[in-house]
Amino acid sequence: MPINFKINGKPHVLSCPADRRVIDVIREDLGLTGTKEGCGAGECGACTILVDGAPKLSCLMLAAQLEASEIVTIEGIATDSTGHLVQDAFVQHGAIQCGFCTPGMVLSAVSLLKRNTMPNRNDIKTAISGNLCRCTGYVNIIDAVEAAARNQSMDSDR
Amino acid sequence: MTAVLLPQNLSELWQMVSVFPDATVYAGGTDLLVKLKIGQLSPQALICLERIPELKGVVDGGDHVTIHAATPFSQLLTDSLLIREFPALCQAMTTLGSPLIRNMGTIGGNICTASPAGDTIPPLTVLNAELELVSANGIRHLPINRFITGPGQIGLYPGEILSAIHVPKPKPGSIQFFEKVGQRNALTCSIVSMAAIVWLSDTNRVDAVSLAWGSVGPTIMTCPGVENMLTGHRLTSDILKKAGNMVIRTVLPITDIRASADYRRKVAGNLMLRLCDRYSFPDKDFRGWPREGLSPPCCLPKIII
Repeated sequence: MPINFKINGKPHVLSCPADRRVIDVIREDLGLTGTKEGCGAGECGACTILVDGAPKLSCLMLAAQLEASEIVTIEGIATDSTGHLVQDAFVQHGAIQCGFCTPGMVLSAVSLLKRNTMPNRNDIKTAISGNLCRCTGYVNIIDAVEAAARNQSMDSDR
Repeated sequence: MTAVLLPQNLSELWQMVSVFPDATVYAGGTDLLVKLKIGQLSPQALICLERIPELKGVVDGGDHVTIHAATPFSQLLTDSLLIREFPALCQAMTTLGSPLIRNMGTIGGNICTASPAGDTIPPLTVLNAELELVSANGIRHLPINRFITGPGQIGLYPGEILSAIHVPKPKPGSIQFFEKVGQRNALTCSIVSMAAIVWLSDTNRVDAVSLAWGSVGPTIMTCPGVENMLTGHRLTSDILKKAGNMVIRTVLPITDIRASADYRRKVAGNLMLRLCDRYSFPDKDFRGWPREGLSPPCCLPKIII
């Protein structure tokens, strides 16, 4: 049975087994390899995608659950104003080393800034608590999200 | 390939259940998909409850609150009625998994997985939650401590789902507490957890108390002996130490990859001392909830990073 959904703003019709994991659909069927698989068990956050605006774990979703949903992956976030600010801040603040956690981190951060325009550092830590990073020690990532929040409010003040 | 069905309402669900009576039912999938990946389950079919509106939301029932079972945790954590009436349950939900898991996982799933470490189960136990079990043929109700009979074992009949949790509103003046001890602040399976609800008299003596521990037995552990010991007394560190010793003799933890049985026993006993910090100082409005200007779902668990 074909599955109809939107991916990064574009409608898509998918023919695949209903029980195929969404992470496999995204990486292998759609060729969007920005979303990573770190653990396959929901414990690392590398597979984070936005589903109808909410960050979720694509390794724990089945293709059938895509029906009528709107998915945004890291490849689709740059056209979002918040997404652009977050990615830019990550680059400026040394928040990226190997880059494996980055897609998930960025999407979790974007989701935070859309809900909370003035997060404190504790809010940021909680928002990214489902995304593990083995390289940076997290401080630069938190700095980047804080900076993106400041830039976002400066932009909206204009 | 396993069929994956997404009923849009309850009557579609019953139709699908009649066609696939052995189907495995799930909602968020945060427990199920992990089991599928390691090959622990080979379902005949999968039925996903996440699109059924009758299974979502929170309803004020006057003397109780009805929590529909397929509501994701992140939605429950923004509900002001739950925050006001059941802070211990909300505290447990903030410590559960991660924000990503909380956007997917549901309270019904946490109960039906029935892990001895399930975070919502100790608070639901001290709150005397009653479960509503529904099938195409009717409805029945069961207290939560009778529904969970062992690790991963629940009293669900074929064709039934857990549809709602009815939680009586506690008598006014309750002080609620929940703490989860784990190896990290998020994404951690509890090593020991404790939920408590206490009512104190005008002289700060215990009028009533109910306690429940997670991860120290095959199901949630309770200890009427400790509750009796504390009733009528002020919550001094002396009496809580005595109570802690009784807890150590009561709980039945195992040794596993996360912690030894000995460590779990010790922590279960020591958690009693947390009640002293809060209730020996009645002028502080402790309600087992971090209150430093944070609001759910952005609340940190109790331990600060």
